[in-house]
Amino acid sequence: MTEQRSLVHGVMGEFETPEQLLAAARGARDAGYKHVDAYTPFPIEGLAKAIGFRWTFVPLITLMGGVMGGLGGFGLQYWCSAITYPLNIGGRSLNSWPAFIPVTFELTVLGASIFSVVGMLALNRLPQPYHPVFSVERFVHASTDRFFLCIEARDPKFHLAETSRFLENLHAVHVIEVKDEE
Amino acid sequence: MSTTQAPTSSPELRGPNPVLEPGHTYASVTDKIAAVVLTRPIGIGWLAGFTLCFSVVMLLTVAVAWLFAKGVGIWGINIPIGWGFAIVNFVWWIGIGHAGTLISAILFLLNQKWRTSINRFAEAMTLFAVACAGLFPLIHTGRPWMAYYMFPYPSTMGIWPQFRSPLIWDVFAVSTYGTVSLIFWFVGLLPDLATLRDRAKQRYQQVIFGILSMGWRNSARHWHRYQSTYLLLAGLATPLVLSVHTVVSFDFAVAIVPGWHTTIFPPYFVAGAIYSGFAMVLTIAIPLRKAYGLEDFITMRHLDNMAKVMLATGLIVAYGYFVEFFMAFYSGNKFDVFLANQRLHGPYSHFYYALLICNIFTPQLLWIGKVRRSIPALFVMSLIINTGMWLERFVIVVISLTRDFMPSAWVRYSATFWDYATLVGTLGLFTMLLFLFVRGLPAIAISEMRELVHEESHAVSKDHK
Repeated sequence: MTEQRSLVHGVMGEFETPEQLLAAARGARDAGYKHVDAYTPFPIEGLAKAIGFRWTFVPLITLMGGVMGGLGGFGLQYWCSAITYPLNIGGRSLNSWPAFIPVTFELTVLGASIFSVVGMLALNRLPQPYHPVFSVERFVHASTDRFFLCIEARDPKFHLAETSRFLENLHAVHVIEVKDEE
Repeated sequence: MSTTQAPTSSPELRGPNPVLEPGHTYASVTDKIAAVVLTRPIGIGWLAGFTLCFSVVMLLTVAVAWLFAKGVGIWGINIPIGWGFAIVNFVWWIGIGHAGTLISAILFLLNQKWRTSINRFAEAMTLFAVACAGLFPLIHTGRPWMAYYMFPYPSTMGIWPQFRSPLIWDVFAVSTYGTVSLIFWFVGLLPDLATLRDRAKQRYQQVIFGILSMGWRNSARHWHRYQSTYLLLAGLATPLVLSVHTVVSFDFAVAIVPGWHTTIFPPYFVAGAIYSGFAMVLTIAIPLRKAYGLEDFITMRHLDNMAKVMLATGLIVAYGYFVEFFMAFYSGNKFDVFLANQRLHGPYSHFYYALLICNIFTPQLLWIGKVRRSIPALFVMSLIINTGMWLERFVIVVISLTRDFMPSAWVRYSATFWDYATLVGTLGLFTMLLFLFVRGLPAIAISEMRELVHEESHAVSKDHK
C-alpha cells in the first residue's frame, strides 16, 4: 500500500448556543477568513450574512419557472383551440382568452413551484451522498442541539494549528479537524 | 418587570395557553418526535387500527375491480343523474385537503406560530385527501384506462382537449394542486429526514433516511436558499389553494342547472373546503396527540384556534346558504324559486335540514369557550361538521339533477351498495395512509419546533431582564 491520502477539509468548532455561533461567525469574518460555513439545527437569522452569503438565485429561478409555465400554458391552449384544432361553435371566437385563464394560472404556479424546488436543490448541490463534514463523529448533533462553524482549508488564511487556536479563542467547546478522505 | 418587556416578543409563546409547553430544549423536542418513528415499538393499537383500515381498503379494491368489470351501471347513477356519489365524494375529499395547505402556506405567510406543530400532518392529510379525491372523477369516467385523453398530448387522432370546459380546468387544477402539495411537503420534510438519518440506529433506517434526505447537512448556505424556496412555495400555494376549489365550483356554476348557476359558489365553496378541512384536522389531531403523547406540542391553544377557524368559516358557509335562497327569490327566476322550494319541501328535504343542523346550528356552540376547550366536544363537533359538509355536496348535486326543467325527466336517486363501498373504501385508504405516515415519517416538523424553542427561550430571557 502506498501512502493513505488524507487531506484536511477544514477545522470545525462546536458551539452551544446560536448566539455564540453568530458571534464566532462574525469573528471569523472580521479575522479575514473567506471560506467559512456554519451548520445549525434550524435556520438562524443573520447567519448567512455573517458567513458572507448574501445573494441567492432561487427567487429568480422561481420567476423564470412561473413565466415559462404561464406562457407555455397559454400558448398550449391557444395553439390547440385556435390553430391546430379549431372548433367553430356558433361563430364564437377561437382565441377565447378568458376561458384560458384558469389553466394558465395553474401552469404558472406549477412551473414556478417545480423550478423553485429543483433550483434550490441544484444550487445546494443536492443530492450529495458524501461530504467531508459527515466524517466528524460529533456532527450528528448539528441536526439536534449543537451549532458548528467550519473554516475550510481552501481559505488562503487557513493554518491548521493557528485556525484551531483561533476557534478555541472564540469559545468553541470542541475544536475538531475535518478530514477529507476522497 | 413587565414594563421593560420588549413589545416584539410574541404573546403566543407565553401566557396561560402557550403553543409549546414550557421546559423543552432542542434535544427534547427532537427526541420526542423522532422516537415515534425510530424507536417506539409497534403497539397493538396501531396494529389493530392498521389492520382494520387495510381490510376496508380491500373492500375498495373489490368495489373498483367490480366497477371495471361491469361499468358505472353498478352505481345508482342514470340519466339525468349522471353525477351521484362519485362527484359528491370528489368535492368532499378535495375540500378536506384545503385545510392542510391553508395551515402550511397561508398561516405561514401570516406568521402564525401555532401552525408549527400541526402543519406537517395537515399537509399529509392534504396529500391523502387529494389522492382519494382524484380517484373519483377517474373511475367516474366509465373507461378509466382512457383517462389520459383529458391531457393535451399529440395523438394520432389529431384531437385536443376542450380548454373552455371547467372539467378540463379541473384536471389541471387538481393535478397541479396534488403536485405542489407533494413538493411543498417534501421540502418541509428534508431537514427532518436528515435529523432522522443522524439519529437512526438501525442500518435500514440509516439507508432509507440517508437516501431520502439527499445529503442535507444543515449548512447555513443551504438553509438560506431553503428558506427562500419555502417562502416562495407558501406564496404560490396560497392563491393555488383558493383557485382549486374555485375551479371545482366552476364545474357547477358554469352549468345552467338551477341551484348551480350562481356567482356565490366560488367563495362559498372555498370557505366550505376550509371548514371541512379544519374539522378533519381536529378529527386526526385529537387521537394523534393522545396516542403518541404529543400534548405538549399540540396544545389546547391549537385546538381552540382551530375551533375558532371552524366557527368563522362556518359562518361564511351559512352566509352562502342564505345568499342562495335570497338570490333565488330576489331574481324571481321560476326555476330557481322552484329549486329552493324543492330543497325545503322536496323528497330530499330531510338531507337539507340535517345539513343545516350539522353545518350551521350545532357549530354555534363553538362561541362558548368551555366547548372549545373540551376535547370530546370538539371531536364530536368535527365529526358532525364533516358529515354536514358531505350532506351539503349531496344536496347540491342530487337535488338539482333530480328536478330537471321538464317534469317528465324527474326521477329519484338512491345509492347502491357499491356507491357506499367506494365511499367507505376511500375513508379506509385515507386512514390507512395516515397510520403509515405517523410511524414512517415525523408527524410534527422537528426543525420548526427547534426554532420555536429558540424563540421561546428568547421571550423568556427578555422577561427576566
